Amino acid sequence: MDLQYKIVVGLEIHVHLATKTKIFCGCELAYGDTANTHTCPVCLGMPGSLPVMNKKALEYSILTGLALNCKIAPFTKWDRKSYYYPDLPKNYQISQYDLPFSEHGFIEIPLEGGSTKKIRITRAHLEEDAGKNTHTLGNFSAVDLNRAGTPLLEIVTEPDMNSPAEVGALSRELQRIVRYLGVSEADMQKGHMRFEPNVNLHITRDGEVFKTPISEVKNLNSFRAIERSIAYEARRQYQEFLDTGKTLQMGNKRTYGWDDDNQMTVLQREKEESHDYRYFPDPDLVPVQVDNEWLGEIKSRLCELPFQMQQRFVADYDLSDYDAGVLTSDRTTAELFDKTVQLGAKAKRVCNLLTQTGLKLANEKGVAVDQLEITVESLADLAKMTDTGDISASAATTIFEIMAESGGDPKKIAEEKNLIQKSDSGEIEALVDQVIAENPKAVEDAKNNPKKAKKSTGFLMGQVMQKSKGQANPKIVSQILNKKLNA
Amino acid sequence: MNTKIDKAQVRRVAQLSRLELSHEEVAQFSTQLSAIVEYIEKLNELDTEGVEPLAHCLPVHNVFREDLPRPSLSNDAALANAPEREDEYFKVPKILDDNSGA
Amino acid sequence: MDTVKQLREKIAAGAVKSVDAVSAIFDRIEKIEPKVGAYLSLHKEQAMKRAEQVDAKIAAGESVGVLAGVPVAIKDNMCTTFGTTTCASKILENFHAPYNAHVVERLQAADAVIVGKCNLDEFAMGSSTENSGLKQTLNPWNIEHVPGGSSGGSAAAVAAGLCSGALGSDTGGSIRQPASFCGVVGLKPTYGRVSRYGLVAYGSSLDQIGPLTQDVTDAALMLNVIAGHDERDSTSISETDAPVQDYLADLESPVEGLKIATVPQLNAGADAEVQKATQAALEVYKSLGAEIVEIEMPHFDYAISVYYVIATAEASSNLARYDGVHYGYRSPDANDYVEVYSKSRNEAFGTEVKRRIMLGTYALSSGYYDAYYLKALKVRNLIRQDFTKAFEQADCLMLPVSPTTAFKIGEKTDDPLQMYLADIYTIAVNLAGVPGISIPCGFDERNLPIGLQIISEPFSEDKLLRIARMYEKETDWHTKRPSF
Ligand SMILES: [Mg+2]
Ligand SMILES: [Zn+2]
Repeated sequence: MDLQYKIVVGLEIHVHLATKTKIFCGCELAYGDTANTHTCPVCLGMPGSLPVMNKKALEYSILTGLALNCKIAPFTKWDRKSYYYPDLPKNYQISQYDLPFSEHGFIEIPLEGGSTKKIRITRAHLEEDAGKNTHTLGNFSAVDLNRAGTPLLEIVTEPDMNSPAEVGALSRELQRIVRYLGVSEADMQKGHMRFEPNVNLHITRDGEVFKTPISEVKNLNSFRAIERSIAYEARRQYQEFLDTGKTLQMGNKRTYGWDDDNQMTVLQREKEESHDYRYFPDPDLVPVQVDNEWLGEIKSRLCELPFQMQQRFVADYDLSDYDAGVLTSDRTTAELFDKTVQLGAKAKRVCNLLTQTGLKLANEKGVAVDQLEITVESLADLAKMTDTGDISASAATTIFEIMAESGGDPKKIAEEKNLIQKSDSGEIEALVDQVIAENPKAVEDAKNNPKKAKKSTGFLMGQVMQKSKGQANPKIVSQILNKKLNA
Repeated sequence: MNTKIDKAQVRRVAQLSRLELSHEEVAQFSTQLSAIVEYIEKLNELDTEGVEPLAHCLPVHNVFREDLPRPSLSNDAALANAPEREDEYFKVPKILDDNSGA
Repeated sequence: MDTVKQLREKIAAGAVKSVDAVSAIFDRIEKIEPKVGAYLSLHKEQAMKRAEQVDAKIAAGESVGVLAGVPVAIKDNMCTTFGTTTCASKILENFHAPYNAHVVERLQAADAVIVGKCNLDEFAMGSSTENSGLKQTLNPWNIEHVPGGSSGGSAAAVAAGLCSGALGSDTGGSIRQPASFCGVVGLKPTYGRVSRYGLVAYGSSLDQIGPLTQDVTDAALMLNVIAGHDERDSTSISETDAPVQDYLADLESPVEGLKIATVPQLNAGADAEVQKATQAALEVYKSLGAEIVEIEMPHFDYAISVYYVIATAEASSNLARYDGVHYGYRSPDANDYVEVYSKSRNEAFGTEVKRRIMLGTYALSSGYYDAYYLKALKVRNLIRQDFTKAFEQADCLMLPVSPTTAFKIGEKTDDPLQMYLADIYTIAVNLAGVPGISIPCGFDERNLPIGLQIISEPFSEDKLLRIARMYEKETDWHTKRPSF
């Protein structure tokens, strides 16, 4: 009996928008602050309070919709979604039902080996987040409403992903995009971004296709967890199919939670009990019309997206896909790199300086690379000096570190710390002659003993460098040395 | 007796409404709501083909606030009306199923 | 008894001290309130303090607000940082709002003295104030009869002279109907004219706050105080879309060439005495040179059906927040968090509130949304179009306020549908969002007041009040007060 299966995954993604205040009131967004210190009558759902829409939250959403190639609706409205839960003080969530602000987009994701894939976006809508229930009080639960009313962008994809790697790629790409747009900090640990995959298998047996019941997987708080949970579900569902033959039916969707300690999914809810959310238009909020003028104004805030930039770096600067990926993982690094190269510095050199030294220092300081004291110009100069050999690669690192601390011009620093390599051939020739005179045995081997030639030349090279206290330009030393040995 | 809305439906709606109705109330509401709904169905006499639903009387659009912080309530003010509190939190009997729908 | 305007003038002129006026009111309350039961809470200490402050201001020659030192009352569904805000419901019996409603801020800014908060049908759901979960209010004209509702407490307080003027809220007639039952003036402004911020919601797309007063002039004066844009209410109209007028400015000048629309086939539904009084009122307007045009309102008959779908649907959602978790009543018998909801709500909500929550939930539930809620929204549009057409032919529409005068306590409580049907003349006004006013236009043979309802197009309160004032000048119904 021949069996093969295809993994089918669609994602529901919730993204916290990085506005200053909540979506319907002036309370400031805060993470990990004392419970219930960022609330007001509106986000507490007090009697008589009324919501007023935060314009920035909608503009951030539309900007993201545009970046995801979505159609932006000219008319959109707010609906109430009713369900009772202690973290939802009004017992309805203000959301968007039949007229979301955007629909029908796609996101292009990078796959191994530079290939790409388009994943369709079904819709993206804006809603308010709920508070937090914690179950630390024995027989009681504690409710904190600081998070209640945080603007939440919900993005729903089509089931277009067919491997853990593809889901991981989409998740990372989306994080990169919202960070580039500056609409979210997108920190998964802080719950800025929540991914809920819907997973099942299409199993082909003797030419017939069987679809396994869909699992919705919750509480995934790292990209690795997302990938592993899907791989795990695939194995689990495959085994379940072999054991039970159970296939997809109306209402047999189940909810699983990811148990990171045991690296497995755990059943939370057997079959969705049919919710009746009783959506209806919120009478407290008026509809929104998005005219072309406003839309154009928001469009103008779009930036070059990370994946386009990554592809450009590979094509124009012939960097490896890996290097381009690292540089574009964050917008400020990518832009610093781009500007520096445009000043004529060699791409590979700038890339190495930034990825090997810059990102390390920025991380230690907990800042973005462009917040180091280094200007585009000084970085370009530093790269050029290294390429011409005026300084050694290790000297470049030292200078970078100094500039990162206190800024300054790389040439001056190199001179002060006398890191400029001696290229005066007269001076170097004298040293070479001296070394040749002092090491007849090595010279003999270098010249006439093919077995030892390489090693001995290296030895002589080292002697010269030592005499120059490391300041001789190695290129020139070896030129002169080789000339004399072959003479 | 008119049972346009029978007791089973009353119980379903009461469950959605989070109202633990007594048996008497279920019976009473079944009769009363049936009569009211019967009356409401007068609406079906009207042909509303092509009529726009009117959710707001005002032809107002695009009412926004700027993203400017306003002072929040103190923790004590926020919890002042809480039936039960524990430290800085609202306190409720343990929540078992995760029913949240965001 | 002095009207708001008269008293304010005396106080501002120093002829009367606010403290004297206010303590006189509390003396009267002490005597009469036990018979009427208009108030859910009184705030004497604070009121006297406010009065002293106002007197001090005046003594110091400082300028004072247009309600300076005048004792007023508000319906207890408007949030105040003082006392409780109960909505006459056990579920909010001990609720202390952390903020003031917009209208409360406006009253205070106008130097008014708030003496107390008035009784209402629980969450403003009712037409008799019999649905109050906390108290029974009686009609000052005859304590065997209801004061009307849901603003029954406010209407009774004004009629019985327990305050100079009051605020109520009107979702389906809750200002106009009790005003007519108690023989005072009641104005429901255009939807969006007055901010709903701090008004505890019943039917959000219908609710509107307005004054209940002794005469039309006071209604204009109090509208001047509460009308205007509020950024905290997205449905409050902007100054550019509909600028606030000075509703006192031209109040005395009659509307030239006044055209009044009537709907004979509608009036026929009212009691004989109500029809008679309405007809007589129209005669007065004729004698003033007004032209009467008889029109049809083809969708008026559907207003009750539409209202009891839309209002209850919104209410079922608006009242979901009363769950015993964050504030309000929590059942002592709740063993898990689901029971906190279902027990607390069932124990603390009154029958009418439960009935409307059930009806609204049903209308929104899957499988019924299109048949009831969506259908109702469409017919609502047709009803609004009826009004638009009416105002193309006339300046205003005149109708009875209620088919009957104040009915006996308990008379209708066991048949909710009959109670609903009595809202026929007031409900369509809220569905269309237009302004309407009820003014005294006579008494039935049991000496119970009858009201005349005048309706005009959106944001034409100035004209509406002038039309009402034309009649008031010719008659003295508004000067009649019950005796105790
Ligand atoms: Mg959602
Ligand atoms: Zn807030």
